Amino acid sequence: MPVEPVHLTNVGFAFGDGALRRPVLRELDLTVAAGEVVLLTGPSGSGKTTLLTLIGALRAMQSGSCMVLGQELLGASQAARVALRRRIGFIFQNHNLLGFLTAAQNVAMSLELHPDFGDDAARFAEAERMLGRVGMTEFASVVPAKLSGGQRQRVAIARALVAGPGLILADEPTAALDRQSGRDVVELMRDLAKRSGMPILLVTHDPRILDVADRVVKMEDGRVVG
Amino acid sequence: MSPFLPVRLAWRQLRAERARLFSAIAGVMFACVLVFMQLGFRSALFDSATALPQALQGELFLVHPLTTALFRPESFPRVRAYQTLAVPEVALAVPIYMMQSIWRNPVNGSHRAIQLIGFDTEAGAVSFPGLTELIPALKRPYTIAFDWKSRPEFGPVAAMIAANGPLHVQIGNRDVEIVGTVALGASFGADGNAVMSETNFRRLASKRDPSNIDLVALRLRPGADPIAAQRALTALLPGDVKVVTHDQLVAWERNYWETATPIGFIFAFGSLMGLIVGMVIVYQILFADIASHLAEYATLKAMGFSPGYLRLVVMGASAILAGLGFIPGILASAGLYDVVAKATLLPLRMDATRGAMVLALIFGMCAFAGLLAMRKLRDADPADMF
Repeated sequence: MPVEPVHLTNVGFAFGDGALRRPVLRELDLTVAAGEVVLLTGPSGSGKTTLLTLIGALRAMQSGSCMVLGQELLGASQAARVALRRRIGFIFQNHNLLGFLTAAQNVAMSLELHPDFGDDAARFAEAERMLGRVGMTEFASVVPAKLSGGQRQRVAIARALVAGPGLILADEPTAALDRQSGRDVVELMRDLAKRSGMPILLVTHDPRILDVADRVVKMEDGRVVG
Repeated sequence: MSPFLPVRLAWRQLRAERARLFSAIAGVMFACVLVFMQLGFRSALFDSATALPQALQGELFLVHPLTTALFRPESFPRVRAYQTLAVPEVALAVPIYMMQSIWRNPVNGSHRAIQLIGFDTEAGAVSFPGLTELIPALKRPYTIAFDWKSRPEFGPVAAMIAANGPLHVQIGNRDVEIVGTVALGASFGADGNAVMSETNFRRLASKRDPSNIDLVALRLRPGADPIAAQRALTALLPGDVKVVTHDQLVAWERNYWETATPIGFIFAFGSLMGLIVGMVIVYQILFADIASHLAEYATLKAMGFSPGYLRLVVMGASAILAGLGFIPGILASAGLYDVVAKATLLPLRMDATRGAMVLALIFGMCAFAGLLAMRKLRDADPADMF
């Protein structure tokens, strides 16, 4: 029984059927250790994003074994996958915050998934505390449309981290940001994750942030190449 | 799972886009008003069509079995009225004559069909508001009481009487004197009514055989059981009359309008159209809300919100729209009822039963729209988010 938060063996995945079948992942092995920050790079079409959706239980597995936070995803039910997603913090390329909610309300949404967390007031207090940790205290009651790109991504990080997930998956979180805010955002992610021992798996094209990683994994043609 | 959080989320989402929210509310309100008007007209039709049987006082009635509606009665022998007196429970039998005749408008001379109702005005079996004071005057030859709730095409009779006293008009080419007005109400079967004594009816309907009558109102002795009397009378009388209670008489009339005419269907169809239009509007709004927030919905799915939670958001939004549209809808309808009732003299009224029924219909309509719009949620695929 592997103890790593993410442990993939011999994972294969293909889009399409029959003559149109197009494999994107082949015999892929990958492990992310507890507290480790892993950057996943590679050219477009190398399968990074597909891999991330498999680990995030957003797609059904086809072959191989994918253990995430102790849950085998091959053949996992829809309900099991939804339950696992609640234990993962997602950070997207676009912030994907709900435009009609304030920053604090957006962050508190994550906590609604954890009924034992408490009532509205408790959720809100925790959301504000988390916004404080990403340096956004004074923007708690501001809607995303009135925030800058970097500020939105900070709120998105707060939303991903507030419920104390066992794993953080991020897809090009710096793509929409300028150099300095991109740098700030990944460093913030890394610092917060390190402090609570959360592993991060981060897909990026951005060579400027490679140095924040404990390990860089390069992918090509659906395989890990180094 | 408590519906509070998803419904609150739905409300916050609706609230964020005012223009869309108001157009949705206007759509629901429109459907609401349309359904209220259709149901109101339908019920006003039935109320007005049954105004005559409603106004008749009597525990039991005799009608010809082939009579489909009272504005077009089949007549039967007058002797049946006297035969009923053989049953000890019957205290009084009052024959009633009815006929359509031609009224000449006293102002412009135009012609219009009017329903003449003749009976023994002193017997107390029929009483329309205003009739009691006119009974002595109605004993004079060629006098009638005019129904002031008749359609305005009959002329401003009530105003003319108020200004100049008794008025002479022509009915069926006979000169008659209007001695006063009663309140009965125009119905879809009769545009107007004139009430008179039996003798005066015979004078106006000289071609008719007075031994044929159209309806008999029976008064029973105090304490008599109408059902037992009905049974006894049915056994006694031949098959050319049917013995019915007051409720049955009203139901008979109502049933004619409901089933034998397309009117009931027309209003039901109109209501359905209103609901479909409203449903399409609500569906469009909910669909647009989901479509323009697909990324957010997909994000919620990725975060681990179950499909059930998101469905509750959509259903919550549809319920909120139903509630917000219904309130102005019922207020506007109540106002329109007043306006239309004054214009058409139809008895349009808002009542709690109809309010509750339309509320249920509107919620059903919005729920259906929500169920349709919900299918769009499937397009929110969290795997597309990366």
